[in-house]
Amino acid sequence: MRFGVVIFPGTWSDCDFHYVIGEVLRQPVKYVWHRDTDLGDLDCLILPGGFSYGDYLRAGAIAGRSPVVEALPDFVARGGHVLGSCNGFQILCEAGMLPGALMRNECLQYRCQSTHLFVENADTPFTRGLRPGQVLKMPISHGEGKYYADAETLRTLKARNRIVFRYCTEAGDVTKDANPNGSIENIAGIVNDAGTVLGLMPHPERAAESAMGGTDGLLLFHSLIGSLVEDGSVLKG
Amino acid sequence: MTAADPKVTLDLALAHGLTAEEYDRIIRILGREPTYTELGLFSALWSEHCAYKHSKVFLRLLPTKAPHVLQGPGENAGIVDLGDGWALVLKMESHNHPSFIEPFQGAATGVGGILRDIFTMGARPIATLDSLRFGDPEDAKTRYLIGGVVSGISWYNNCFGVPNVGGEVAFAPEYQRNPLVNVMCVGLVQTDRIFRARAEGVGNPVFYVGAKTGRDGIHGATMASAVFEEGAEERRPTVQVGDPFTEKLLLEACLEAMATGAVVGIQDMGAAGLACCSSEMPARAGTGMEVELSRVPRRETGMTPYEIMLSESQERMLLVVARGREEEVKKVFAKWDLDAVEIGRVTGDGILRVSMDGQVVAEVPVRALTEEAPVYEKPTARPGWLDALQAFDPLTLPEPPDYEAAFLRLLASPTIASKQWVYRQYDQQVGTNTLVLPGSDAGVLRIKGTPKAIVVTTDGNARYVFLDPYQGGALAVAEAARNLACSGARPLAVTDCLNFGSPERPEILWQFAEAIRGLADACRQLEIPVVSGNVSFYNETEGQAILPTPVIGMAGLLEDAGWRTTQWFKEAGDRIALIGPDAVSLGGSEYLATSGRQLAGRPAPVDLRLERDVQAACRAAIEAGLVSSAHDAAEGGLAVALAEACISGPEAVGAEIEVESLGRADLTLFGEGPSRILVSVPPRAQRHFESLMGECQVPWRFIGTVGGGRLTLKVGGSVVVSLSLDQIAHAWRTGFERHVA
Repeated sequence: MRFGVVIFPGTWSDCDFHYVIGEVLRQPVKYVWHRDTDLGDLDCLILPGGFSYGDYLRAGAIAGRSPVVEALPDFVARGGHVLGSCNGFQILCEAGMLPGALMRNECLQYRCQSTHLFVENADTPFTRGLRPGQVLKMPISHGEGKYYADAETLRTLKARNRIVFRYCTEAGDVTKDANPNGSIENIAGIVNDAGTVLGLMPHPERAAESAMGGTDGLLLFHSLIGSLVEDGSVLKG
Repeated sequence: MTAADPKVTLDLALAHGLTAEEYDRIIRILGREPTYTELGLFSALWSEHCAYKHSKVFLRLLPTKAPHVLQGPGENAGIVDLGDGWALVLKMESHNHPSFIEPFQGAATGVGGILRDIFTMGARPIATLDSLRFGDPEDAKTRYLIGGVVSGISWYNNCFGVPNVGGEVAFAPEYQRNPLVNVMCVGLVQTDRIFRARAEGVGNPVFYVGAKTGRDGIHGATMASAVFEEGAEERRPTVQVGDPFTEKLLLEACLEAMATGAVVGIQDMGAAGLACCSSEMPARAGTGMEVELSRVPRRETGMTPYEIMLSESQERMLLVVARGREEEVKKVFAKWDLDAVEIGRVTGDGILRVSMDGQVVAEVPVRALTEEAPVYEKPTARPGWLDALQAFDPLTLPEPPDYEAAFLRLLASPTIASKQWVYRQYDQQVGTNTLVLPGSDAGVLRIKGTPKAIVVTTDGNARYVFLDPYQGGALAVAEAARNLACSGARPLAVTDCLNFGSPERPEILWQFAEAIRGLADACRQLEIPVVSGNVSFYNETEGQAILPTPVIGMAGLLEDAGWRTTQWFKEAGDRIALIGPDAVSLGGSEYLATSGRQLAGRPAPVDLRLERDVQAACRAAIEAGLVSSAHDAAEGGLAVALAEACISGPEAVGAEIEVESLGRADLTLFGEGPSRILVSVPPRAQRHFESLMGECQVPWRFIGTVGGGRLTLKVGGSVVVSLSLDQIAHAWRTGFERHVA
C-alpha cells in the first residue's frame, strides 16, 4: 500500500498526513509535487488541507486545475484511491471529481473545533471497518466548509448512498446545533460513484494519536489499508 | 541624487522626525548635507522603533545570559538550547499603531512580521500566541477593532499554517484609542542549522527574495515612533498589506535554500525594509554593502530610490549567498515561484553604497546608521498623582450586598470570561504538535521524535504596572513563570514586548524604567534570561497614554511531555489544595474594576524567593504524578480560579470549598496576589502530596473537594457563594462573546 501526499503551493497538512502514514501507520509514503503527473506506483493519493494558492480566487479553484489534479481521473480509472481533506475536498469539488461546492461558513468566520461525524455509509473502501451509525470525533479547521449541492445532485447522492459523513452530536443526532458551518443536511463528507474518491472537511490526520485528543481518524486509514490489501486490489506499479 | 528629489533642509529633517541635533550629527558624520535618500535612511534607522534610543540605557539591566542561551538580544529572534540537537527560537512584537488605523491588515502583518523573524533564523514556526488590549467593550469602535484584529490574525495564521496556542485579551478605557496587538512566535531549529543576519564574506552576492516592492508602508518605523493626533486614520497608506500565501512560499523556499548550505546570512525586510537590512547585516559582520536599486523587483512604476529603500512591503528577505553558489539558491526560489534577484554584494569598506541605474544616491557608513545611532538618557520623574492612588484602601469600600451577583459579574467581565470566540477562529492544531489547546494556563507543544514538550504563555497585568511599575514588572514575569509551572514546565527564556506612552514625558519614562527594574529582578531571581523583545513607545493619542503594558512571553520545557497538566478539575473526590501565601490585595484587582470601576490601591507585592519555591513545589508534585490539575490564581482571585477549574475543561465538575477569612470575604475570594497555585490531588496521592509539600517548605493547605453540580464557597464558616455550574458557566461563556457577537 503506497501513499502519496500532494503539495500545492500553500498546502500545510502535508507534513501531518505524511507523519501519520509514515510514523504512526508505518506505511510507505512520499510527497507528490503539484506539477507531477506520474502517479504510477501509488495506491492512494492524499490531497491535504491548507490554502492552495492562498485560496485567493475560490478555495481550491486554482489547485483544481493543476497538473497533478488533471492526472487524477486517469489514476482513479486505473483503480487508484483519492482522499481529499479540508482544502483537498474543496479542490476535488472544484475539479469536478466530486459534485457540489464548499462555500463560506454560515457564521462568516473561520472555525477550528472538534466535531462529531455520523457514519452514514460504511460500505466504501475508506469506511469499511466502521459500522453505519457509528460516531467519530474529528476536528475541523476551515473558513469555507459549508457544503452545498442542488436538489438534483442531493437526490443522486442519497440514491447512490454517496453521503459518507454528517456532522452530529456526541450522541449521534444530526442536528442544526451540531452543524459547525451550515453545510446542507449536515454533510461533512461524500464519495464518488465508485466510492474510491472521498472528500471530507474534517482532519483525520489530526485525530490519529491519543496525545492529540483521539484516534478516530486512523479508522479511515485502517479501513482503506484493510480493504485494498485484503481485496488484493493494490495497484501494481 | 535623482532630479525629482526635494532639497534636503533642516525643516525636511524635522518633518522626518529627526531633531535639529540629530540633523547636525548627520552632517558631521557625512561631512556634507545628506542626500534625500540618505535622510530617509537616517530617519528610519534612527527612529525609536529601530534604534531603541530612549530605551537602550534601561534595557541593559535585563539579564540576557545563561548556559542554554544560544542567541540573546540583537538578532531577529532569541534562541535557547532544548537538548537532543534542537533549539527553540522565540520573539514577540507589537503592531499597535497599524492595528488601530487598519485593524485587519495591521494585525495580519503583525503576524507576518513575527513569523519572518523566526524563520529567518532557520527555524520552522511551530506556534503563535497573541496578547491583545482594547478599550471599553461596550463601545462600537471597540467591537470593530476586535473583529478586525481577530480576523486579521486568523487569516494570516491560518493561511500560513501555524497553530495559535494561547494569548490574552484584556480591556481598559486607556486603550480606547490605542489598542495593543502583540504577537509572539516560537520555532524549532536544529542547533547546527541556525542562521544569522550577518553579511559575511567580502565579494559575496546579495540577493533580494520574495514579494515585489511597492509603495506600501513607507515610513512605518517612523509612524511607530510618534504619538497619534487627531486624524490618525489618514495614515492608513502607511499600513502594509499582507499576503500570507507568499509568506508560506517564502518560508518553504528559505528553509530549502538554507538546507543547500549556500546561504551565508539572511534577514527579514521588516521595519524600515531594505534600508534596515542593508545596513544592519553588514554592521553585524563588520563589512559594507553595495546595492543597485534598479534590480529590485517592483510592482509599481516610477519608484524613487528613497521609496525603494524605505518601503515596508511584506514577505521579503535579503540573503547573502556564498559566491559561486548563486544558481543553487535561484533554483529553489524558482521552484516556489518567487523572485530571487542579485541586487548587490558585500564589500569590505564598512559603507552602505546605494545606487540607481549606476548612479550613487547614498553613501553612508553602516555603523553610523546602526551602532552609532543616538542613545538618550532622558529624565524620569515619579508621577505626582501616584501617591494618592496608592494610598487608596479598597477595604474602605463596603462589602458587596450580594456576593453571588458580584461573583457572576466578575466571571462575566470580558477580561476574565472565556475567549473561545477568539481562539476558535484560529487554527490550533496544524503541525499536530499541540498537546494542550488554548483555554488552559499555557499552550503545550510536543517535539516529535523526543519525549519533550515546549510550554508557552504570554502574561502582563497592566493595572499592577500602572499602580506600582516595579512590582508590576516583577509580577508579570512571576505570573508567566507560574503559568508554565502549572503545566509542569521549567522556564527557559523570556521574550518581552514593552508597550508604553511617550518616553519624552518623564512620568512615562519613569514607569518604563521602574517596570524594567522589576522585570530584571524577577528574571534574575527566577533565573530566566531575556533573549529577545521589542519596545513600543508612543502608545498615546492626544495626550492620553495607555496603561504601561509590559507583556511577557515565556517559553519553558517539559522534559517528559507526559507530565503536562491542565487547569481543570478531573475527578470527583479529588482534594483541592492551595499552594502559596495568603497575601492578597483588592488594589488594582479585576473585582475593583468591575464593581467600583476603579483603578486604585496597590497590588500585593511579590516575594520572589517564595514565588520560586511555590513554582518548584508545583512542578515537583506534577513530576511525581500527585496532582490531576494545577491552576494559577490570578485575575479575579481564588474564586475565579476555582470557577475556571470547575468549568473550563471538557466536563464541568463542581467543588466545595472552605477557607479561613482574611478579614473580609471579598478580599478572601476576589483578592489577587502572586505565588498562589490551586491543585487537585487524587485521594491515593494525598499522603505523598502532604509530605512533598512539607519537604518543599512552602505554605499550603487543603481547601476543599472536587465533586457535585455546584461551586460552594464557605468563608470563615459561612457559605458566601453557592451557585450551580450552569450559572457559573453561563456567565463565563457569554461574558466576552456578548460584546463582540
